[in-house]
Amino acid sequence: MTTPAVTTGRPKETVTEAAPSRRRRAMTWRPGCWGMLFISPWLLGFLIFTAGPMLASLYLSFCKYDLHALKWVGGKNYEVLLTRDPIFWKSLTNTALYVLFSVPTGLTGSLLIALLLNRKVRGVALFRTLFYLPSLVPAVASAMVWQWVFHPENGILNYALGCIGIRGPAWLIDPHTALASLIIMSLWGIGGSRMIIFLAGLQGVPEELYEAAALDGASRWASFRHVTLPMLSPTLFFNLVLGVIGSFQVFTSAYVMTGGGPNNATMMYVLYLYYNAFRYFKLGKASAMAWMLFALLLAFTIAQFRAASRWVHYEGGDRE
Amino acid sequence: MKSLGMKSLGVKSLGMRSSGLNRDTPRRRAATYLLLCLGAALFTVPFFWTVTTALKTNEQVFAVPPQWLPHPPQWDNFRRAWTELPFPTFVMNTLFITVIATFGQVLTASLVAYGFARFRFRGRNTLFFVMLSTMMLPSQVTMIPVFLLWRHLRLIDTFAPLIVPAFFGGGAFSIFLLRQFFLTIPRELDEAAMLDGASPFAIWRLILLPLSKPALITVVLFSFLAHWDDFMGPLIYLNSTEKYTVSIGLSLFQDLYSRQLELVMAASLIHILPTILLFMAAQRYFIKGIATTGFK
Repeated sequence: MTTPAVTTGRPKETVTEAAPSRRRRAMTWRPGCWGMLFISPWLLGFLIFTAGPMLASLYLSFCKYDLHALKWVGGKNYEVLLTRDPIFWKSLTNTALYVLFSVPTGLTGSLLIALLLNRKVRGVALFRTLFYLPSLVPAVASAMVWQWVFHPENGILNYALGCIGIRGPAWLIDPHTALASLIIMSLWGIGGSRMIIFLAGLQGVPEELYEAAALDGASRWASFRHVTLPMLSPTLFFNLVLGVIGSFQVFTSAYVMTGGGPNNATMMYVLYLYYNAFRYFKLGKASAMAWMLFALLLAFTIAQFRAASRWVHYEGGDRE
Repeated sequence: MKSLGMKSLGVKSLGMRSSGLNRDTPRRRAATYLLLCLGAALFTVPFFWTVTTALKTNEQVFAVPPQWLPHPPQWDNFRRAWTELPFPTFVMNTLFITVIATFGQVLTASLVAYGFARFRFRGRNTLFFVMLSTMMLPSQVTMIPVFLLWRHLRLIDTFAPLIVPAFFGGGAFSIFLLRQFFLTIPRELDEAAMLDGASPFAIWRLILLPLSKPALITVVLFSFLAHWDDFMGPLIYLNSTEKYTVSIGLSLFQDLYSRQLELVMAASLIHILPTILLFMAAQRYFIKGIATTGFK
């Protein structure tokens, strides 16, 4: 299937717009109205489930609400969270560490796998499937599988380490290694959709570029650095931004495997948010946390888009 | 001129896609195979670990060193996992939600994508951009008020909060995917139909939809996965055990049977299997669908 090479279709527009009288026989509305009608489900949903709630949660973040009484408290939630709540900072640090370690490692791993799978070897489809499978495992099941893998006495990981003479740690039970365990677990899915996107990106690099580089005497590494990476930079960018945004919202694995412990070692930001909202019923505080998360991710995304002009190379200009 | 250069270099691998490397010696191929096998083995070990555990007795589970091939395999663990908790009910609930939500998603996402792809109206590009940016919105920022909305409508502990949003476009991903696909369908078909007096709805129904089967199948697949996998949604909105979905049921299973790991693993496999089977059956659509959205 070819990617849409012609996305504008503007010449066609003038043809259809030149025949309005015929159209008016079929329908009395202008095309613009039809367009709005068709997108109305999304627009309505956006107002009801996105824009409206966003404003509401902003308002809530300045209030104290426990499902019974609603009281305006100004910036108190923010103040408490930022100055008097050590668990807030712990959850933020934990999540930041998690993102810092799992996203770059994950992206590199995905890229490596994609590079391997891009070679013309037999049975590549089988390997691609095997690498992709872990990403299909539902989050809850994955958490349970890995909880068992990380079991200190009987888990396969410590057993394997024992075979080469290393005494494995208590992983999820030890506050020092619990977060690392979650990070390791997150790498199980690097052969998933992200890798497929890289693979598609790799296959979109024109052969002529590599040939030209070879003609210039480029080494393998130079060819990778100056042909492959720049051509992949849009994909890298896309995966990086979405990767950070997604990883920051890590929830299920922490909830199912550790509940935030031991000793808040795996208390993640969204987990703490969830507890504040649905366990302690501090909905104002939870809303404040949500907005701070949004602000953080927004700032990050804007910074990435700004930096993109420096390292992201689009072939032939804007694709949007 | 280029071909002359290639010939003089004696490069043989023209036309072979090999990640920018024009030397595909048998040694490199062997190295690739080795790495692929190692990697694949590493990634699938947890699966094997789960399956062997699911087939053991409780004593065998905690035996050291662990045996790989339990003797005899306890297939009964699966039956027990299936019946100790009302898994059939959980599966039915999940399927109910998934099927209806997927239907709603395909329906509305294709309508919305049609609007974005084929019509020009004021603010179209802005709205499209807004829609795309919602993909980057952390869901927590809308989670609480949406919960309060459903609570106000007294629809907590029903399936409504999990199904209804799908009828409002069902997610930027599907709309984006379908819009990109619609853009590849030639406008002449639309125009021919319009000259015959077809309304836009007819065009949508009779021309665009039938031609978009691959993209629609992709939307169905991803929607199925998303609903089968959904944990936080059911966690927040479902309270009664008989309404639980498989994901919540599984976590409940773990709470109740934490020592009986062979059952927990068996139950996990029940949760994992449909997604893997689905992928096996429809690989092509998965891969194509993902690759299309990668082209930003």
